Amino acid sequence: MITYSFLQHYWWFIISLLGGILVFLLFVQGANTMIFSLGKTSEERRLVINSTGRKWEFTFTTLVTFGGAFFASFPLFYSTSFGGAYWLWMIILFSFVIQAVSYEFQNKIGNFLGPRTFQICLVINGIVGPLLLGGAVATFFDGSNFTVDKMNIANSFQPVISRWANASCGLDALLDIYNVIFGIAVLFLARVLGLLYMTNNIDDDSLRQRMRRSLIWNSAAFLVFFLIFFVHVLVKDGYAYYSDGVIVMEPMKYLHNLFANPFVLILLLAGVVSLLAGIIMTIVKSGFIKGIWLSGFGTVMAVTAIFLMAGWNNTAYYPSNVDLQSSLTIANSCSSEFTLRTMAVVSLLVPFVLAYIYYAWRSIDSKKLDRQELKGGDIY
Amino acid sequence: MNHLLLEIAPSVVDWSRAQFALTAAYHWLFVPLTLGLAVIMGIAETIYYRTGQLSWRDTARFWEKLFGINFAIGVATGIILEFEFGTNWSNYSWFVGDIFGAPLAIEGIVAFFMESTFVAVMFFGWKKVSRGFHLASTWLTGLGATISAWWILVANAWMQYPIGQQFNPDTMRFEMSSFADVALSPFAVDKFLHTVTSSWLIGAVFCVAVSCWYLLKGRETVMARRSIKIGASVGLFAALAAFATGDNSAYMVARTQPMKLAAMEALYNGGKSQSLTLFAAVNPFAQPDYASQKEPACRIAFPNLLSVLATHDLNGYVPGINDIINGYTDNEGQRQPSLAEKVDMGKKAIDAVALYRTMGNKSEKTRRTVADNVKYFGYGYVKDASRTVPPIGITFWLFRTMVGLGTFFMLFFAVVLFVVFRKDISERKFRWLHILALIAIPLAWICSESGWMVAEIGRQPWTIQDMLPTWVAVSDLQPRSIMITFFLFLALFTTLLAVEISILCKQIKKGPEHSNNDTL
Repeated sequence: MITYSFLQHYWWFIISLLGGILVFLLFVQGANTMIFSLGKTSEERRLVINSTGRKWEFTFTTLVTFGGAFFASFPLFYSTSFGGAYWLWMIILFSFVIQAVSYEFQNKIGNFLGPRTFQICLVINGIVGPLLLGGAVATFFDGSNFTVDKMNIANSFQPVISRWANASCGLDALLDIYNVIFGIAVLFLARVLGLLYMTNNIDDDSLRQRMRRSLIWNSAAFLVFFLIFFVHVLVKDGYAYYSDGVIVMEPMKYLHNLFANPFVLILLLAGVVSLLAGIIMTIVKSGFIKGIWLSGFGTVMAVTAIFLMAGWNNTAYYPSNVDLQSSLTIANSCSSEFTLRTMAVVSLLVPFVLAYIYYAWRSIDSKKLDRQELKGGDIY
Repeated sequence: MNHLLLEIAPSVVDWSRAQFALTAAYHWLFVPLTLGLAVIMGIAETIYYRTGQLSWRDTARFWEKLFGINFAIGVATGIILEFEFGTNWSNYSWFVGDIFGAPLAIEGIVAFFMESTFVAVMFFGWKKVSRGFHLASTWLTGLGATISAWWILVANAWMQYPIGQQFNPDTMRFEMSSFADVALSPFAVDKFLHTVTSSWLIGAVFCVAVSCWYLLKGRETVMARRSIKIGASVGLFAALAAFATGDNSAYMVARTQPMKLAAMEALYNGGKSQSLTLFAAVNPFAQPDYASQKEPACRIAFPNLLSVLATHDLNGYVPGINDIINGYTDNEGQRQPSLAEKVDMGKKAIDAVALYRTMGNKSEKTRRTVADNVKYFGYGYVKDASRTVPPIGITFWLFRTMVGLGTFFMLFFAVVLFVVFRKDISERKFRWLHILALIAIPLAWICSESGWMVAEIGRQPWTIQDMLPTWVAVSDLQPRSIMITFFLFLALFTTLLAVEISILCKQIKKGPEHSNNDTL
């Protein structure tokens, strides 16, 4: 029996999965942060750019789809977070706009701004995108400063239902040290995935050697920041709600969520093991280049599980620190049953979409990128 | 928690509108070229696939290269628009997100992934995949962009003609009641056909103009002639189709947004057997005194044509602005309420919703009061009749600009098509046509942007027709924040546009690459 509650949980799962895929695809941004540090010559920099340049649309499209799916399934989040945390989201979007054009424009004749301008744009997006997206996701656990009152619709003076409680327009999220720590963890994860992806995608011995060395300290940094945040989440009070919809603080709520739902726990553990296996095997086995797949699947699983921890098991996924009862849950912020049901049918297309992406990706990547290919015409 | 004393500043609404208009206008500089060139390059590559001639491959690759330069910036400006619904129109996002969010999500799942997957194959796959797979990828890239247009136009059409929804006082929002009504709304179908065919027209103008530039320079004659054949054929078809769908658009606007049609025509006082204005002295920069004037000065008009356009009847009744404000009986004999009556019904709906929520009075009677009056929910927020009238002058002139240029393009493509198939278009005696084609480039964009502005300015003040005015749809932001992002986007998009034009010009100057036999 497909109930309204089931559909709410299903759609939170889809959002979580899209979030997982988006974080995995941030390997594009992670790799771009290393354009200048990895690429010692202009040829090497072009290898890095051409490698990520064939995948950037996937990250971009997943971000758009993530936003669209959130809008369709949980419109109150879209309304509250985007309208309230205005500057946080605008900076993220701005960085993605300058990224999108940078590949196509940088090495074209007629680019009067010069290639370096657009390479710097790629680096900015590489740092800002994962850092702020990570910071935004961390607010799912640490809360934000907003209020929601749907009755305002009937108030002709001030009809806006969602308000940010201060004038920071969302930048106050960066005053919480744990949000920043998680943002940095996501940035280093993106760099790790970027290194693993390029190790697989670029057929160049000297770059691969450098990438392996870089992988060690980037992985260490990721683990340190991630573990600090994760332990903080497990021991902190969480935002729980019960059948009457009243939201209360519950000690170690997120730890309880893991044990209350073995599926989420197993998904998280499997994801972490797979992520680490990809990293370790790439570091210790010199000819091993498939780490991106192991770590990529691991990232999707682990991030999906983290999102599920935030939203399932009667947990407010977008908590308000200034008015607890304004906190958003999958029950009070979702679309109608009819819309969720209709969209659930549409979501059945996702496996088909994934299948053709896989097929097209394989066709393009059947031959690895090398210095020879840079001499051909079909490059950035 | 209520905020009775903190009124939304009017400048928040103005800056939010300005920012959305800016990003939409820039987005629409790039997207129609993407949609139009997709058809041109698809046809060229199909001919290469069928004939195996390398010169056709060069032609296809040349147009694909120009497509690629334009593609990314269209994508980049699009992401801002999607998220602006949340950042700048947060109340809107909640109030109608249950309906509006679905097309956006489907657009992402169905169209964007198709577009982004196959565009990579198209650009980088010439030596990596088979000819058939590459051709399929080229068409699928265009198809993805076109499906994307479908869903976003479904969303836009719903804002102009809301259908398939009901108000739920428990959740304080509109909710979808029929997906088929939303997705297959006749307004959406027509809007899609009109918008996509007008985009093909832009692609065709661009293709013909670039080719004519080569003819002026005496270069790339073979590629230019064959590209003009494709471009002019697509262009004439697109211009005729845009004319037909435009006619249908006017018919539907008359039925669903009579105030927009009245503004487009500067029709202050309507009636039966209305004539279509060819020219009138309407000031584009100031709202005319429609309440006391009979009609604009110096009006030259075609008798009965507006009635035909709006009702498909020579003597059909078309309401003017004052009729809509005062109430009238429409062409089907139905009485349409006056503005005062609509405001009254809107207020009744809002009060009933408040009663339903705050007093716990969830009786069937209260629910029915909401349902009976919700059609005019937005009018409950209207305090001044003048706020329900869109800017007349600018709507009037933009409509004429669009129709005038659309007519010009029909003639232009007919002439080009005749010359390219019956004469040698590369001869010097057709230099005038080559120059005309170059002049047509900016005209095509002016035509297309004018069409969008008529559609969007003409429906003011509504974000959702009759249900949600702009000043109730906004986010609670400081005007300063929106002003800063407005100028940031203005600077960024203008710079990127300048870079794109510079790159396109250099790429065109460089010309296509010519294959040798051994490169197949």
